[in-house]
Amino acid sequence: MLFCISPQNELIPVLAARPDLHRITDLPLHPNIPLDTHFPYSKKLQTSLEGKKLLFEEINVPLEEIQAHYLKGYCDYHPGIMKNNSKSICLRCGNKRPDFFASFSCARCKRACTYCRNCIMMGRISECTPLVSWTGPPTVITPCPLEWQGTLSPGQQYASSKIVEAVEQNCEMLVWAVCGAGKTEILFKGIEKALELHKRVCIATPRTDVVLELAPRLQQAFPAVNVIPLYGDSGNKLKYSPLFISTTHQLFRFEQAFDVIILDEMDAFPYSADETLQHAVSKARKQNSAMVYLTATPSKSWQKKCQNNKIAYVKIPARYHRYPLPVPRFVWCGNWEKLLNRGKLPERLLVWLKERLSKDKQILLFLPKIAHLEKSKSILKKLESSVETVHAADPHRVEKVQKMRNKQIKLLITTTILERGVTFPNIDVAVLGAENDVFTDSALIQIAGRAGRSDKNPYGDVAFFHHGKTWSIVEAGKQIENSNKEAAQKGMLLPEAGE
Amino acid sequence: MHCTFCLTSLRQVLNWTNLLTKQKSHLLCEECLSKLEFIKGERCSICSRSFANIDSQYKRGSLCLDCYKWEQDPIWKGVLDGNTSIFVYNDFLKEIMALFKYRGDHQVAGALADFFPETLAKERVIAPIPLSDERLYERGFNQAEAILDYTHLGYKQLLSRVHGEKQSKISRQERLENTSVFSAANIEGCKAQHVLLIDDIYTTGATVRQAAKVLKNAGAITVVSFTVAR
Repeated sequence: MLFCISPQNELIPVLAARPDLHRITDLPLHPNIPLDTHFPYSKKLQTSLEGKKLLFEEINVPLEEIQAHYLKGYCDYHPGIMKNNSKSICLRCGNKRPDFFASFSCARCKRACTYCRNCIMMGRISECTPLVSWTGPPTVITPCPLEWQGTLSPGQQYASSKIVEAVEQNCEMLVWAVCGAGKTEILFKGIEKALELHKRVCIATPRTDVVLELAPRLQQAFPAVNVIPLYGDSGNKLKYSPLFISTTHQLFRFEQAFDVIILDEMDAFPYSADETLQHAVSKARKQNSAMVYLTATPSKSWQKKCQNNKIAYVKIPARYHRYPLPVPRFVWCGNWEKLLNRGKLPERLLVWLKERLSKDKQILLFLPKIAHLEKSKSILKKLESSVETVHAADPHRVEKVQKMRNKQIKLLITTTILERGVTFPNIDVAVLGAENDVFTDSALIQIAGRAGRSDKNPYGDVAFFHHGKTWSIVEAGKQIENSNKEAAQKGMLLPEAGE
Repeated sequence: MHCTFCLTSLRQVLNWTNLLTKQKSHLLCEECLSKLEFIKGERCSICSRSFANIDSQYKRGSLCLDCYKWEQDPIWKGVLDGNTSIFVYNDFLKEIMALFKYRGDHQVAGALADFFPETLAKERVIAPIPLSDERLYERGFNQAEAILDYTHLGYKQLLSRVHGEKQSKISRQERLENTSVFSAANIEGCKAQHVLLIDDIYTTGATVRQAAKVLKNAGAITVVSFTVAR
């Protein structure tokens, strides 16, 4: 789309290519048009656009209507790609890497047109692609009472009150809560406070599984708001809510939208490794806003930030049910990969599995690579008939996880894809090949954290079968024991909960 | 360097094999490359459809059932002299083509052009299948021309589109009856020429046959086509 400029210095979008027209990127900054408060603006456009920057193609409103809003000061147009001394920046995803831009001879602007490849899944942003924002009045948020009846553990209670403070004072903080501490419940009071103060909230996470798991729980806790989940195929990108739960990817579309962002699983892939996702989160915040980071396994650099008082933080070393975390056992099992290639599994693993199965326990077995899954499944079929495998690219992933929840599967063999975000009430956990690079210390802590989740079955067995202990294996064990020690010292464990 | 499709980093492992042998593709990672399915072995002598996973009821001698039907029809008999395709249009390639055409990731053409068999271009005039103006504006580029741009081979606009219905949105029957999608844009350029048509996907063969018919009516001697996927 190209623009011409009216005598009053207004931008007029034109769906054609003419030499007298300009690309949005090449236009100098144009003055804001003052808001005409008598203009009967479209609620639909406000709902679709508030706090976002979208492509014309994404908005389900005719161009003429958008332009009418622009002329009355309710919308504005922005470039998507900015060039600074021939270096390109994508203003949607923040991509700056020259190798993630490409250029083509564009049929729209009839010029070499640079576009961003990093966020192309959301539609192409090139030099002649404008982004549209809402500059009209914001939707007024109404308070919504919390309808959750449960009680918080002392650890949860403390963190919850700190989050309420952060929301009130627009602060940043980290909640370092062990796996099974009950992170979701910690958030409720803070969210209630935010809505009471007419603040817009987003819970962001790198993982779609987490969005799907949290959305119904939040909806239950806040029945009077329409909690909207946002992920790749959610089809909700034009909806408005004062309480979003979104993947970090979807935040590319937002700008200065939220008064409170709660980032869950901040150390999870791909957020931790992708600068553009980190950019997306900070771009989605309002200038004056609260930011709450949540994780069970902060990275080394975040742990250091905590120790050096660079960020306010709360640690919850105990689970909500006040039993200690299951401490993993390390079991040397020789060259298991060689055995597996010969159609066998280590004897020690088989003994462990048989014992669990005879006690009618459900088991999660983690392996380093997708290629290992089917091989071990065919061996374990002889031991237990209801065995399944699941990995990231598995089209039946959601169904299989549900079957495991329904106890229709007894033994689920998987990769690190299930290391976090999923909760099965009563399982034992094993890792085969714990020495592999994919099993970082935080991955192993998360995996161990799958066991003993419910208060009815607070104990679970965790075993790491390895062919040589790594730093990560030892570190994971150490951190889990430290958390238990800290919890005991602080009196957060039940008196009878000793192992 | 990054894989053109999935943007993962392409780190060359430094070993003797990599140093001494010419690598097939530097643009794609091993994983993406492994998901592409090359058309191999026996295939239809006109359209290159692989016979590998085809039931014998869909074959007629050296032809696939589709081409056999085309050749039975006096209007279409002998119109297309052959088609070369590189890949089976599997689920992975469908995703890649969606990224290329519908998301508009022009750079994908660079990786696809890498597989273009240059011998096909010998002594032939190359002509991309045109898009309608409406579609061209929507996508920002013509996918066939994008591929050609990366091969650095010269090409001519021999055709123009008469009306622009999205091929993927209409039924097979409608496509077969559609005879006036193209017109000759350059009759002089067709006369006594051997033409190579370029398109992204061969599905029913209707598009390339409609184009070939117009070119032959304008005087082309032979018309073959190249598509990335079949």
